[in-house]
Amino acid sequence: MQPLFQWFEATLIGTVVRESLWLFPVIQCIHLLALALLGGAVLAVDLRLLGLGLLDQPVDRLARQVQPWLTRSLLVIIGTGIPMFLSEAIKCYFSPPFFYKMTFLLLAIIFTYTIRRRVTAGGFPQAQKLTAIVSLALWFGVGFSGRWIAFY
Amino acid sequence: MDLIPFFQWLENTPGSIYIRESLIFYPLVETTHVLALCLFLGLIAMLDLRLTGLGLRDIPVSQVAGRFLPWALCGFALMAVSGVLLFYSGPLKAAANIFFRVKMVLILLTGVNALIFHYTIYKRVVSWDAHPSPPARAKLAGVLSLMLWSGVVICGRMQAYNWFQK
Repeated sequence: MQPLFQWFEATLIGTVVRESLWLFPVIQCIHLLALALLGGAVLAVDLRLLGLGLLDQPVDRLARQVQPWLTRSLLVIIGTGIPMFLSEAIKCYFSPPFFYKMTFLLLAIIFTYTIRRRVTAGGFPQAQKLTAIVSLALWFGVGFSGRWIAFY
Repeated sequence: MDLIPFFQWLENTPGSIYIRESLIFYPLVETTHVLALCLFLGLIAMLDLRLTGLGLRDIPVSQVAGRFLPWALCGFALMAVSGVLLFYSGPLKAAANIFFRVKMVLILLTGVNALIFHYTIYKRVVSWDAHPSPPARAKLAGVLSLMLWSGVVICGRMQAYNWFQK
């Protein structure tokens, strides 16, 4: 898989970001802001599923109001994550936290837009708490391992 | 008031040296700081979006504020504790960093903005609670909060880069 990552690193976007002094930090800031927003959007609904947080509203109504912000922040996170990855693809290749993060991210996205979506729309009411716990655990895994790419 | 001698003393305490040199504890504190940001700023941003009329429009403002602020405050406590530990691990470096200084000023301003909002327009929230689009004063508070907190996050992130350092 290493040649693939070398190719990633040599892409135009990767090169431009790597050779710029300020592009990487700026992209990083946007990535972090979108992460906070994503965290809020996930927590707002997951807390409700756990029987905490915004209890005045039914789950499906709250989820409908929050969902657009979850999707938007996720798109920004992916849109800023890709150029950062391309700029240091080889470093990522040798970073175990990077692969953990990508695994968690893939699972979190699949879970959020399939099972969790069904549950927040009112399906399987007995599975609400479990859904919230799985969702929080997966996103926690993304954020936690993401931060550790810088260290290992 | 010259804080430099105090920071010098602080930097040489065993706790500061321990955090600075540890391979696990330092990253753990930093990770806590970032993840608590999701809890704190994420929920604050939900409230701000509601105040600006951009999001959660069908949910009364007082419900969003009342239900999210206790959780946001938990997040803030985590941010403060981890933030103080990060500062403690290298006070001289942080104090000399322009981004750190601006960040501290911006945090103060977010507090001023929140207090003004709380003691003025929010006092009359019953009259606009369920309106999808809150009054201009509330919108302004939401926009200011989003901008100031974004500034705090940006300064916090940029602190690692040591630009403009003498």
